[in-house]
Amino acid sequence: MSTRRVADPPTGPFRAFARRRTGGDNPPKRQLKFGNWLGVSILLLVVIVAVGAEWLAPFDPVATNPAERLLPPFSGGHVLGTDEVGRDLLSRLIFGARFALFVAVVPTLISAIIGGLIGLISGYVGGWLDAVIMRIFDVMFSFPGILLALGIGAALGAGTGSMIIAMVVVTIPETGRVVRGAVLAVREEPYVESAVTLGLNRGMIAIRHVAPNVLNPLIVMASLQTGNNVILAASLSFLGLGAKPPTADWGAMLSGGKAAMVTAPHVATLSGIAIVILAVGFNLAGDALRDKLDPRARISTVRTLGGLK
Amino acid sequence: MTLEESPQVFEQPLLRVTDLSIEFTRDRERIPAVIDADLEILRGEVVAIVGESGSGKSTLAMALLGLLAGNGDVVGGTIEFDGRNVLSVSAAEWLGIRGKRIGMVPQDPMSNLNPMKRVRDQLGEVLLRHGKATRKNLEAECCRVLERAGISDPKSRLDQYPHQLSGGLRQRVLIAIGTACDPELLIADEPTSALDVTVSARILDQIAEISQRMRMSVLLITHDLGLAAERADKVIVMKHGRIVEAGAAAEILSNPRESYTQMLVNADPGIRARMGESITVTREFDESDIVVEVADLNKTFQRRRRDTPVVANKEVNLRVPRGSTVALVGESGSGKTTVSRMLLKLEEPSSGSIEFDGRDIQALSREQLADFRKRVQPIFQDPYSSLNPMMTVRAIIREGMDLYKIGRASERDRRVGELLEQVGLAPEIAKRHPAELSGGQRQRVAIARAISMEPEVLVCDEPVSALDVLVQQQVLQLLRELQLEKQLTYLFITHDLAVVKEFADYVYVMHQGSIVEEGETLALFEDPQMEYTTQLLAAARMV
Amino acid sequence: MTRFILNRLGQLIPVLIGVTIAVFLLRQIIPGDAVDVLLGGTASQEERDALRESLGLDKNLFVQYFTYLGNILQGDFGRSSTYNAPVLGVLIERLGNTAILAIPAVAIASVVGVTAGVWASRKPNSFRDRSITVSVLILTSMPSFWLGILLILFFGLQLGWLPVSGKQSLIGGGDFLDVARHALLPILTLAAWSLAVITRMTRTSMLGVLSSDYVRSSIARGLSKNQVVYGHALPNAIPAVITVIGLQAGFQLSGAVLTETVFSWPGIGFALAQAISNRDMELLQGGILMIAVIFVFINFFVDVLYAVFNPKVKVS
Repeated sequence: MSTRRVADPPTGPFRAFARRRTGGDNPPKRQLKFGNWLGVSILLLVVIVAVGAEWLAPFDPVATNPAERLLPPFSGGHVLGTDEVGRDLLSRLIFGARFALFVAVVPTLISAIIGGLIGLISGYVGGWLDAVIMRIFDVMFSFPGILLALGIGAALGAGTGSMIIAMVVVTIPETGRVVRGAVLAVREEPYVESAVTLGLNRGMIAIRHVAPNVLNPLIVMASLQTGNNVILAASLSFLGLGAKPPTADWGAMLSGGKAAMVTAPHVATLSGIAIVILAVGFNLAGDALRDKLDPRARISTVRTLGGLK
Repeated sequence: MTLEESPQVFEQPLLRVTDLSIEFTRDRERIPAVIDADLEILRGEVVAIVGESGSGKSTLAMALLGLLAGNGDVVGGTIEFDGRNVLSVSAAEWLGIRGKRIGMVPQDPMSNLNPMKRVRDQLGEVLLRHGKATRKNLEAECCRVLERAGISDPKSRLDQYPHQLSGGLRQRVLIAIGTACDPELLIADEPTSALDVTVSARILDQIAEISQRMRMSVLLITHDLGLAAERADKVIVMKHGRIVEAGAAAEILSNPRESYTQMLVNADPGIRARMGESITVTREFDESDIVVEVADLNKTFQRRRRDTPVVANKEVNLRVPRGSTVALVGESGSGKTTVSRMLLKLEEPSSGSIEFDGRDIQALSREQLADFRKRVQPIFQDPYSSLNPMMTVRAIIREGMDLYKIGRASERDRRVGELLEQVGLAPEIAKRHPAELSGGQRQRVAIARAISMEPEVLVCDEPVSALDVLVQQQVLQLLRELQLEKQLTYLFITHDLAVVKEFADYVYVMHQGSIVEEGETLALFEDPQMEYTTQLLAAARMV
Repeated sequence: MTRFILNRLGQLIPVLIGVTIAVFLLRQIIPGDAVDVLLGGTASQEERDALRESLGLDKNLFVQYFTYLGNILQGDFGRSSTYNAPVLGVLIERLGNTAILAIPAVAIASVVGVTAGVWASRKPNSFRDRSITVSVLILTSMPSFWLGILLILFFGLQLGWLPVSGKQSLIGGGDFLDVARHALLPILTLAAWSLAVITRMTRTSMLGVLSSDYVRSSIARGLSKNQVVYGHALPNAIPAVITVIGLQAGFQLSGAVLTETVFSWPGIGFALAQAISNRDMELLQGGILMIAVIFVFINFFVDVLYAVFNPKVKVS
């Protein structure tokens, strides 16, 4: 090993244990980028489909045709076949993108605003208010995820509105707790204490110094919730708590397809694939966002082995 | 030929590093960390590598253990340990070198012990691994090694977890683990920089004692040139990845060859203090004009009612004359920071009074409080967390002026530029965010923010402790100039006695929440009355 | 340690009270008059008043809540209109069936998930790490009931290997093997999501620990890779994983609503799904309460387990 140029050694926490390789110029480093790109592309595609549904869909998504029930794909002019009442499946999937995006994004936004505010106030004001809010969150956390949404959805009755309310209620404690935790950490930062010694009042400190610095964890949390919301919404729809028929709703289409899965498996399969693609898109984009905004979650070769102090 | 069989040539260095270059890859960019480094360590020799943060000294040390971080690569040169180039050693062979032939004492005792495992297991597994003990005599061997590292009751420590040990004890355990197998080379990476000065001196003594007894070579990595010169036979100075000077330790302080080393020596008040050459200044101020007076101050922390209260401060009395610099000196946990926080009204005292300009700050009206806030400003230790990362420098410095409507709004941006120039920064920096600034620049921005409202008193809590020695010198110089120009009063909280000796007019020494001694700086340093003060000075080599 | 457990037990009481309040309030948010829902629009005013009185709906909320709480404490969860039987009996009967699915599902997910997570973390960014990461991504992006449908389509209908519905064969069924064959697909369906979540948590947690100073120090001491991974890293990564496993147990109970529906498995979840479609609020309320209470106790055990692994709680 007297040459000036030494081959790139292996990477990762255990490179110390790895057998030294003699060849190979570049250790793999560009893996995550593809995921980021894919996630954003999927979301863009779904948005385009949702916006342009009127132009893209070959048929009216709600027009039934009892004569053409459960046609398999590529038959009778229906590229992806028809559902149990003879509606064109492709058109319903295309229009379903609207509802899917809507029920993934809107509850997240509402929850981020309300949960974020509750977390900010709870963490910054502290005292008995914080204690009460945290106890309420504890109780809400005692209902495992979807159960609370089911209960609320069932009590309020089926419909988009009650579905969104149910999803917001379920996600608020998560958001609130994450933001509160971040507020508690930021509150102790010297820059917040500097603001106190400048003479700023509590409200100004909360708005100018605390809130901007808890925005990143809030965004990260919201992006993760959006992916989960796709699934949660589909689950509620599947149980009949989703949009009122005949709105195109992937979860409800899946439910309809389930009933007919013996004779026409394509209905359930295709509507499920649509759900998975959207969820993958949100999850990948969320991961990308988290890598960018949350340094703690960024586990790369740079940090492994403790990095260098 | 295995390492075990390699011939022992007399005078052959134990470690020889030739033309070593290391690069890191960040965002696909190659950043050199070590460039063409050469060094030799003889058997039984103590070599110190000195450098500021980012000089590549730790990277070099880690490369010797084959433990570069995942994105670091050796791109050239050789590392010969006992005649064998370890860069071509297989993973399996490394296992027989690390811990057995090259030991390590890491920097931070808090993070380098596994929190889930008892001392017994962490030390024992190393002894077993390298065949230095059997299951039968494991406990006895553990005790022996711990005792050698200066732990007086090793048996009772064996079953303790790291969180049950103090910082000093943990570092002793780490020394015990690092030296357990009597390695030929011990790499000590800033072994005491996380510890208090009195503990630190004893830990270094311990390392020296073991290495001498076992004829171990030691590679000491440190940022403290004075400490390196005292502890090592040979000192190597690194800057930006290159070795700029290497020479006998006795020479390096008195006769540095390179200009960079000269700058380091001249910038370091610690070195002057060791050599009895501290530059002291006497300032004129009216001792009867007291601006801050603290009387019988007590502070007790109690998180919950059933917790046992922790006494942070007990009967603290302080007087700060206008225009003077008063230092509050103590080790970590002495309660000095709590006092400063109460002075800044960030914390309420349990009892006692703090008067600012003759007024008790506990009983201020709204207007009086605003006035107090304007006139008393802080400078914190960590320049990385004292500036809001989401704001621009301009917004940070303007905030106080905006709040108190100082000057017309249109003039404030101009005033920001003036303030930046005053603290030695280019006005263009106003557009940047703190993340784009260096540590020294950030501390200057913090100072600019503090003086933006023309305060009278600055409470400086370890304002230069987190800075490299050259930057530290510049920031202290800036503080001196500002004091002269604006007749500022400083309350200077620090653990660094050498800085205090050159910077303060009057000193209070704190220990376990109380003030144990006070006096005019020179008098106190030359003739300390209390034993604790003497200990502190001795540990800093200032007696 | 004992004090820690007692302390935690004490903290359960307000949470459990909160849970009963929440379930009680669930009933109150039903739009419209509960009496109308029960009787339909055609009932006379006298009938409605009589029902109102017998249900205690003429009293204020406070009194109603305590009546409700009192009933629950006496085991009276009301009567299910779907099954025409007391709710508690229906639930208890079905709880066992749900356990047949949930316990193996959590066990499989935990063992496979932790193994896969550790395995991935040993070589970050390697091919196997990326394969695992991608599988986790797909599994967490997949509605579990859809996975169930796919399994039915493939193993049940296409290959005909396994039964796709119910707990046992109608004729001559009910022995262990028969139930196991019926349970296999629902167990896999339930395990999939938890498996992905546990794998991801294990990997993240391991990578975090592996980048810590003490792991680097232990490598510097000459320990072997296995000693570092299983001796130092894993014990530190496990507490976070245990917490996630505890959460999964809760998700099994609620996810059962979907999975049991897909497989017509006669568990609590299936009953709840029927309650939703029949608007059988008594059964829904009772089922949610029961699952929440079980979940609270699972979390309690997770806390205790967490403490067992944490030396700071263990020795103090």
